[in-house]
Amino acid sequence: MTRDRDTPRSGGRLMDIVPHLILMLGVLIFAFPIYVTIIGSTWDAATIGRGNLPLTPGGEMLNNYASAWSESQGNRVMHTPVRIMMWNSLVMALVIALGKIAISIISAYAVAFFRFPLRMVFFWMIFITLMLPVEVRIIPTYEVVANLGLIDSYAGLTIPLIASATATLLFRQFFLTIPDELVEAAKIDGAGALRFFLDVVLPLSRTNIAALFVILFIYGWNQYLWPLLITNSAEMETVVIGITKMIGNGEAATDWNLIMATTVLAMLPPVAVVVLMQRWFVKGLVDSEK
Amino acid sequence: MQRRVIFDNRALPYLLLAPQVAVTLIFFIWPAAQALWQSVHLQDAFGLRSQFVGLENFQAVLSDPNYLETVKTTIVFSASVTVLSLASALGLAVMADSKIRAASAYKTLLIWPYALAPAVAAVLWMFIFNPDIGILGRALNNLGYAWDYRLNDGQALTMVILAASWKQVSYNFIFFLAGLQAIPRSVLEAASIDGAGAVRRFWTITFPLLSPTTFFLLVVNIVYAFFETFGTIHALTHGGPGKATETLIFRVYQDGVVNHDLGGSSAQSVILMVIVIALTAIQFRFVERKVHYS
Repeated sequence: MTRDRDTPRSGGRLMDIVPHLILMLGVLIFAFPIYVTIIGSTWDAATIGRGNLPLTPGGEMLNNYASAWSESQGNRVMHTPVRIMMWNSLVMALVIALGKIAISIISAYAVAFFRFPLRMVFFWMIFITLMLPVEVRIIPTYEVVANLGLIDSYAGLTIPLIASATATLLFRQFFLTIPDELVEAAKIDGAGALRFFLDVVLPLSRTNIAALFVILFIYGWNQYLWPLLITNSAEMETVVIGITKMIGNGEAATDWNLIMATTVLAMLPPVAVVVLMQRWFVKGLVDSEK
Repeated sequence: MQRRVIFDNRALPYLLLAPQVAVTLIFFIWPAAQALWQSVHLQDAFGLRSQFVGLENFQAVLSDPNYLETVKTTIVFSASVTVLSLASALGLAVMADSKIRAASAYKTLLIWPYALAPAVAAVLWMFIFNPDIGILGRALNNLGYAWDYRLNDGQALTMVILAASWKQVSYNFIFFLAGLQAIPRSVLEAASIDGAGAVRRFWTITFPLLSPTTFFLLVVNIVYAFFETFGTIHALTHGGPGKATETLIFRVYQDGVVNHDLGGSSAQSVILMVIVIALTAIQFRFVERKVHYS
C-alpha cells in the first residue's frame, strides 16, 4: 500500500496507540467466542456441563473429535455423524457454487453477445430473481419441490438456490468490457460463438469465477432455512442444521463437548476458503454487490 | 449498453439461457405466483378446497395484534442490527485504514467472521452467554445480575441483536475499507494543511464521501436483518421466550410450516416481497444515479 505513506498525520507515536487498541479490541471480540469453543472441544462433557470450563486446553480433544466425526451416539444425545453432515454440506456448497457460476456465465454470454427476440424479457425475468430471496417465498417453493418429489434429495437441496441474478449481472457487466475488436478478430479467424466462449471468454473470466466461487461456496455452506425445510432424514442433514439439532433444548445434560467439536469442524471449510482466497473474495464481494 | 459486434445464431442464445430460465420459472416465478394466489384464497384444513376471499387474509394478518407486535420486534431488531454493525464496522475500518503497523494482519483477523453461518455465530454466542455453561452468562449471574435470555424478553432480544450484528460487522468492514481507500489523499492533505484535525477531517470530508457506501450498506444490512437472520434466531431463541424475538420472516415459517395456515403465511410472504422489491428498487435507482455521475 504505497498510498499509506501520503496519509496526513496528526500527532506522533502516541496517536498510533489508539487505532491499535481499538483494532485489538475488535479482534478480541471476534476471537473470544471461537477461542472458548475450541477450548471447549478439548474437555469432557461433564466439565463443560457443570459450567466450570477452564480457559486452558483439556485432554479430551482427540476423543471428542473422533466421536463427533464418526459416531452417531454421544453419551446422552443421538446425532448424525459429522462426517455425513460435512459431506452433505460440501456437496450442497459445491453444487450451488459451481451450478450458479455455470448457468450464470452462459446466460450472461447469451444476453451480451447475441441479439434475439425476447432478449430483454429473459433478462428481466432473471433480474427479478434478485428481488425474491428464498426466505420470502419459502412455503410455495417448498410445495413446488415437494410436488416434484425432490424432498430429501441433493437436487431439492441445491437446484432451487441455483439461479443467480447477481452472478449473471456481474458476468454481463464484465463481458461488455471485452473489446469488439477481439470478437471481430475471432469471427474473421472463423471462430463460432462456442469456440470464442471456450477459448477467449472463459479464460478471461478466471478471476471473476474465482471470486464468485468463494462467495457462493460460503453462501451454500451457510444455508439454514432451506435445508431445515427440505431435509427430514438424518442422512441428508447439513452440518449447520446438525449443530442446532444437537443442542436441542439446550439443557445442561447435553454433550456440549461434541457440539463444540462439531462447531469447530463446521467452521473450518468456509473460514479456510475466506482466509486462503482473501484477495479474490474481497474483489468479488466489492465488484458484485456494488 | 450494447455491443456493436455480435454473433448471429438463432438457436444458441436460447439454449444458453434455457437452464437459468428454467430454474427461474420453476423455483422463483411459479412459487411467487402461488404465494399471490394463496394470499387471496382460503383453504380448508386438508388443502382440498379453496375459496376466493379477496384481501381478507391481508386484513386478518394486519389487524392481528400479534402480527403488529412482530412488526415492532422486527423494526427494533433490524434498526439495532443495522446501526450497531455499521457503526462498529466504520470505526474499525477507519482505524485499519490509518497509517499503522500490521494493518493488513488486523484486516485478515477482522474479515473471517464473514465465513460463519448466522446459525453458527448464534451457537458461539450461546457457548458464552448460556446461563448454565457460558463463561460470561455465569459470570453475570455470579455478579448478582439475573441473566437468562431463555426467560427474559429483553435479554433475549439483546442477545439475538448482538449475535446478528457481530456476524455482519466483517461484511460492512470490507466495504468501508474499500470506500476509504477510494478517497483521494490530496483532499485530506489539503484539509490537514489548512489545520483541520483528524476528527474534523473525518466528519467534513471522509464521512460525506463515504455516503454512497453507507447508503448501499444500509439497504444490504436491512435486507440481512430481515431475512438472513432466521438462522441466528432459530438457533438461539426459537423466537422465544413467548414471541419476544419473533421477526417477520420467523413468523412466515412459524405460521406456514408449524401452524399450516397457508393463506395467512402467503399473505405475509406477499407483504415481505413488497418490502424486498421496494428496498431493491431504492437501491437500484440510487446505483443508477451514481453511475450517471461517474
